[in-house]
Amino acid sequence: MTSSFSSRVAKIILYAVIVVTFVGPFWATLVTAFSGVSLKPGQLTLIPQSPTLENFRIAIFQMKVWQYLLNSTIVVIFGTILQVSVSALAAYALARKKFRGAAVVSLFILCTLMLPEEVIAIPLYLVMQKEIPILGMSIYNTYLAMILPVVGWAFSIFMLTEFMRAVPMELEEAARIDGANEWQVFVNVILPLVRPALGTVTIFGFIMIWDQYLLPLIAVNDKDLMTLPVALGSLRVDDTITPNILTAATLVAMAPSVIVYLALQRQFNRGIMAGAVKG
Amino acid sequence: MTTTPQAAPNGAAGGKRLPKRRPRKTPLSTAIIPWLFLAPALVIFTWFKFYPMVSGFSMSFYNVQFYADSEWVGLDNFYKAFDDPDLRLAVFHTTIYVIVATLGASVTALCLALFLEGPARHLRIIRTAIFLPAITSVAIIAEIWRILFNSADYGIINATLGFLGVAPQGFLSDPDQALWVLILMSIWKSAPYDMVIFVAGLVGINRELYDAASVDGASPWRKFWHVTIPGIIPSISVVVMLSFIRGFRIFAEVYATTGGGPAGSTATIMTHVYKVGFEELNYGYASAVSLLLLLFTVALTLVHMKIKSRFTV
Repeated sequence: MTSSFSSRVAKIILYAVIVVTFVGPFWATLVTAFSGVSLKPGQLTLIPQSPTLENFRIAIFQMKVWQYLLNSTIVVIFGTILQVSVSALAAYALARKKFRGAAVVSLFILCTLMLPEEVIAIPLYLVMQKEIPILGMSIYNTYLAMILPVVGWAFSIFMLTEFMRAVPMELEEAARIDGANEWQVFVNVILPLVRPALGTVTIFGFIMIWDQYLLPLIAVNDKDLMTLPVALGSLRVDDTITPNILTAATLVAMAPSVIVYLALQRQFNRGIMAGAVKG
Repeated sequence: MTTTPQAAPNGAAGGKRLPKRRPRKTPLSTAIIPWLFLAPALVIFTWFKFYPMVSGFSMSFYNVQFYADSEWVGLDNFYKAFDDPDLRLAVFHTTIYVIVATLGASVTALCLALFLEGPARHLRIIRTAIFLPAITSVAIIAEIWRILFNSADYGIINATLGFLGVAPQGFLSDPDQALWVLILMSIWKSAPYDMVIFVAGLVGINRELYDAASVDGASPWRKFWHVTIPGIIPSISVVVMLSFIRGFRIFAEVYATTGGGPAGSTATIMTHVYKVGFEELNYGYASAVSLLLLLFTVALTLVHMKIKSRFTV
């Protein structure tokens, strides 16, 4: 009896240690950001006192975090939409068509899975400065420089290819007999059937683009175009910034990933449910 | 009857007579359709992945000049790489980082997984909560850790240590400690993620094996060693290999936290490349080092695939 009691206490203590270790730093960030207590640089407070939103006001408006957040949002939204669209189109060809060169194209894309983005940073930086024929300008120092390089992602192409392959041929043939053309088959038959996979690649793409660091670092040098993760580092250099303001900016930067994570759980559940209903 | 505009091209070919099967399209359009769907991806991949890769490869053999023709230097950049004491130090830091962080994260994750595995509600909540570091981007974690590990005596970790009677530490500003703080940060960020992979592995172990082991009178330790570990070997190999492959190109974690300092004590291969390339503008040499890193990564990836195929077959 006593041994089970003491083992329960030990367990609870261990749970507490684990949670404090992994969540504690976020707690300190949260409390400091909402606190009006004045702190020295590098100091945090753990006990909530004199709550205020002033830190957020200064961070967002004076420190222009709204601008960086807007930049990040533009990059992540257009980046994800383009990435998923381009991947879905490519996956359709790879999964549903037999054509000469398919194996070569697959290999071509597979190779990039092994290619760490970091090792092409320098040539990529030079490529971005080249003039693009149709646009008549280089994409360097524009949103496009942060968006276009992440549009091609082998992971999402292969994931969608796998799911599209699983769609029975009969469904496609039935649509064709009804007079559907290639595009209609793609949009009305295949895409709706792989919706759970589309959701998954959208979320993974979103997180992948939101977390980009090296690319936005080299793609723009205009401070007004910086994304939030890159700008955070430059905020800290400013001596007038107190820990309260810095943590407020950090929280603003964190919010989207946390929100998407919660959405991700639901999406995964929905995917599992959809699979369960279909049997 | 009117045909819809979309159907017209198909209908025109075999519209008059009744074909035995559905009307065949002309071979040319059939051949072109897949390429139309692939075109956007191919353009993007070519321009932003393959072209940079090829041009990086060729730059490694040049002394790249901006306002004059670049000069062919053969293998000089590679010779320099093997001679460069800064690079040697960076490789050394990176290797320590990768090995310690990988082992640390895997062991921590395994302990967490064993302790927190199970369908109980409070376990699910704890697992979700401690996943927070895994979903937070590196730049943000870097900021939080810089504040936590502030070297002043009121920095939160130093204050805690002071409570235990330890003198304030320099942490990120101490050349002897900075790399270890970065390793700790990496373990802290990746352990929860690895834990999720291990939990999935643990769930997959056949429960009857445990029962059989109990019947045979196996101690918990033997059960762990002979049932649990073999059952999650595939998960362990994935976690370790991916951590190795990603670890060698570590950049953002270091750049956002210490920038390679203090006094170069946390310089890694990629922060060295960044410094040489973007600060000293020596593109040829930086490309050569990148190429060596790429070859090494590809070799590791091939090893990983080989190991993985052994487990899945």
